[in-house]
Amino acid sequence: MSKIIKYVLHDIFRNRILLAYVILLSISSFGLFMMNEDVSKGLSSLLTVLLIVVPLVSILFTTIYFFNSYEFIELLVAQPLKRKDILLGVYAGVSVSLLAAFLLGIGLPVIMFENSAVGWQFIISGSLLTLGFVSLAFLSSVITRDKTRGIGIAMLLWFYFTLIFDGVVLMVLFAFTDYPLEKFTIFLSCLNPVDLARIMVLLKMDISALLGYTGAVFNQFFGSSLGIVLSITVMVLWIVVPILFAVRIFNKKNL
Amino acid sequence: MIQIERLEKRYGKFQVLRGVNLSFDLNQVVALVGPNASGKTTLIKCLLGMVIPDGGSIKFAGNDIEGDVTYKRKIGYMPQIGRYPDNMRMGYLFEMMKDLGRTRTEGQFDLELVEAFKLGEMFRKPMRALSGGTRQKVSAALAFLFNPDVIILDEPTAGLDPLASEILKQKIRKAKVAGKLVLVTSHIMSEVEEIAEKIAYIVEGEALFYKSIAEIKTETGASKLSQALFHLLQ
Repeated sequence: MSKIIKYVLHDIFRNRILLAYVILLSISSFGLFMMNEDVSKGLSSLLTVLLIVVPLVSILFTTIYFFNSYEFIELLVAQPLKRKDILLGVYAGVSVSLLAAFLLGIGLPVIMFENSAVGWQFIISGSLLTLGFVSLAFLSSVITRDKTRGIGIAMLLWFYFTLIFDGVVLMVLFAFTDYPLEKFTIFLSCLNPVDLARIMVLLKMDISALLGYTGAVFNQFFGSSLGIVLSITVMVLWIVVPILFAVRIFNKKNL
Repeated sequence: MIQIERLEKRYGKFQVLRGVNLSFDLNQVVALVGPNASGKTTLIKCLLGMVIPDGGSIKFAGNDIEGDVTYKRKIGYMPQIGRYPDNMRMGYLFEMMKDLGRTRTEGQFDLELVEAFKLGEMFRKPMRALSGGTRQKVSAALAFLFNPDVIILDEPTAGLDPLASEILKQKIRKAKVAGKLVLVTSHIMSEVEEIAEKIAYIVEGEALFYKSIAEIKTETGASKLSQALFHLLQ
């Protein structure tokens, strides 16, 4: 498997899109930090990038990369290599590259301007978010043979997690305002890694106005540290579960 | 070496393989012949574990291949259309394949075809810049690279120039002399006659017959294989 990772990394590191992603992230992080007098304001603006751009690029880049490497994967399947090792090898290669891009483009500037618990929390949730969306991308890639459909599913997932989900939550909460919904809201946030990432950062930043309804409840119900432990655990599940499903599907897939 | 029993595969409603029974031994060249979409490539992909069959079994050297990958160490495969990572240079592709298969041959590689096709001159070219024929040469060279016991070639000479296909045919004969099993699919009967001694005729996912070429010819009294098959199928 380590050999497969090596060849995937060799391939990706010469990819121009990845380089463009690093540059885009760097420009927005340095730009936001330098434009705002207050570092925490810069960080909260950068949070939007973290919650929208990072998931989008992670899921799209991975899906497109997977379908572009289809030949490579086919070639490997005819060799005496386990399918599980092939898929996890490609997964590890893509994850490492996108994670490196994120750490370089956002992690580095954040540490330079805000080397604190908030900054580190920011980086950890971004990293988990990256890995989670790479995982989801693999799932959407293996369930179809068609590149266009695969990218469509990936886009739909991104739309769902960043836009549609919030609307649905609000609708549910609005419809059942008469009932005690605290526990239920916490459960709802666990269904969305983007929501979790937001809560994780904001619990540390202490800007309750930005927390949203679910975050406010989260804060109240758990207190900061327990909330963060719980959300990290659930985010890790968002990484592990989709890729495990992807491996299961890939094992039975006809190439 | 390979026993295929009641092998079945369906894609949705379309039944591609309907209970194929065939067995291949070492030291022979077998041609899989049949009309387009008769299931030849699917059969080969089942042998390689690239397609998972719905029913039946495949045994390789006595062991069921289901859930196993180690048997592939003994197989070299040349796909019908060789598709490779676009940006990879040819030399790098060979290095990568050698690296991934290092344990298969203890570092002993068969580079005869690489030399005969003069691929070394193009090692610096990326795979996307290669013509279809050159890719075929790469696929062929990769199939023989690990000196495997079983060599599976899916329409090997389609797209090759006359000189290259002669080189490949000679390589196939040499492999047979070395006691290997070579499975070839082809639509060119004169070529099949040249290299193979047995024919498995596959129609609509079933092995219609599996006979030696000499047998087919004496049965029909025809001098050419293509005519003999024509008589047999009438």
